Amino acid sequence: MKFTEEHEWLRLEGDIATVGITEHATVQLGDLVFVDLSDAEGEMSKGDTAVVVESVKAASDVYAPLDGEIIESNEALEDNPGLVNEDPLGQGWLFKMKLANPGDMDALMDEAAYKAMTE
Amino acid sequence: MSDSVQTDELKLTPLNDLHQSLGGKMVPFAGYSLPVQYALGVMKEHLWVREAAGLFDVSHMGQVWLRPKAGESLEQVCLALESLVPQDILGLKPGRQRYAFFTNEAGGLRDDMMVAKTHDEDGNDALFLVVNGACKDADLAHMQAQIGDALDIEMMDNRALMALQGPTAEAALAAHYPEVAALTFMQVGWFDGPLGKVFISRSGYSGEDGFEISVAGDQAEALARALLADDSVEAIGLGARDSLRLEAGLCLYGNDLDPETSPVEADLVWAMQKARKTGGAREGGYPGWSTIAPQLAAGPSIKRVGLQPASRAPLRPPAELYADEALSQPIGRVTSGGFGPSAQSPVAMGYVDASFAEPGKAIFAKQRNKAMALSVASLPFVAQRYKR
Repeated sequence: MKFTEEHEWLRLEGDIATVGITEHATVQLGDLVFVDLSDAEGEMSKGDTAVVVESVKAASDVYAPLDGEIIESNEALEDNPGLVNEDPLGQGWLFKMKLANPGDMDALMDEAAYKAMTE
Repeated sequence: MSDSVQTDELKLTPLNDLHQSLGGKMVPFAGYSLPVQYALGVMKEHLWVREAAGLFDVSHMGQVWLRPKAGESLEQVCLALESLVPQDILGLKPGRQRYAFFTNEAGGLRDDMMVAKTHDEDGNDALFLVVNGACKDADLAHMQAQIGDALDIEMMDNRALMALQGPTAEAALAAHYPEVAALTFMQVGWFDGPLGKVFISRSGYSGEDGFEISVAGDQAEALARALLADDSVEAIGLGARDSLRLEAGLCLYGNDLDPETSPVEADLVWAMQKARKTGGAREGGYPGWSTIAPQLAAGPSIKRVGLQPASRAPLRPPAELYADEALSQPIGRVTSGGFGPSAQSPVAMGYVDASFAEPGKAIFAKQRNKAMALSVASLPFVAQRYKR
């Protein structure tokens, strides 16, 4: 599993990365009340807004962590956005992305580096 | 580095050590460092206030005494204040407070406040004002310039203000000040006990029954800790304060009220007593009356309304409002919005052209460059539960 400075995680299987937000991010955001997946589709460049997660107080963008094509988003979040808080690294995943260059993963942080960043 | 410089410039309330020890997540607000939430988080804090009771630090707000000059009467103080607000202050009964607002020459709102008719700690007849923290310095300067010759003005900078809100607030506060149980909504008084002499109003800004408590700054933490020792009382941050007041349909100055918006447009005519309206005993006589009087007679061209999104997506300011899904006919803007934990849906407020102000009217908002369906809704979203 790899991590970004924007508090996303990526898990690669073949050239498909499953993407979510970290537990650290969910604690900062608080209880989510809505996950807007309506833009989570098609070609994305790194840094494009892919998903908007909303807490009681604020809306926060989740960015495409790398270049690629979003091929699936987690529809279960439409009825149950709280899954992101309950299981951020599992059932609370946000989208699956076919990476343009799977080798880009190498430049992301590993768990130890991410932990060091958030401490 | 800039962050730390900014933090250094923030003022601290008398409850700052308490916030730190409770793990409050501190943010800048109205020039003060205040907790946006504690460990429970905004959602659970909000629901706790509706179920039990929450303690809020609102010490950033301005606490102002208006007293007669030597040899003069409280009546003169009331009339002087009436020259700045559209409320009936003369007719306010002793021991009560009412919602009021300063207007400007254009008929817009300078600030909103509570005005109590009471006596000060030494027993002198006086008015007690609670004004917004972000506006308090300007309010003080405004009063000094306009009515400072007619009365004595004292802004208290050595007192804390806390709000205890929720269905168990009465029991929690009466454990220390038994006589507060006799207060009804908007009654005020001084109460003495082992935790100090405090000025209490039965009021607040959550839509729930509750109290606001003015206490000497050096006694504030002991009182707050005594209240928090009650199992039904949790410390609550600004985040839940905002979602609670929004569900209750209450305005936030700076969001829903501003210098360009009149009280008639803001749907605050209920707070303007007949003595100050056309044909009343002391009609007009405050800044902006020439703008406000025709609005009272003919109705405003825009009006504050509740907004109920059709989907689960929260609608937040400053989204623009439109008559049509194509977003071609603008009709207003969102001024407050978020998710209502008790309403269990998104809730918002905003201004629309008066012809769209009817509850149930289907309109649209532009958010993230998409059309979002919503309807005009009657306020409040969650019924107020004051002790009348």
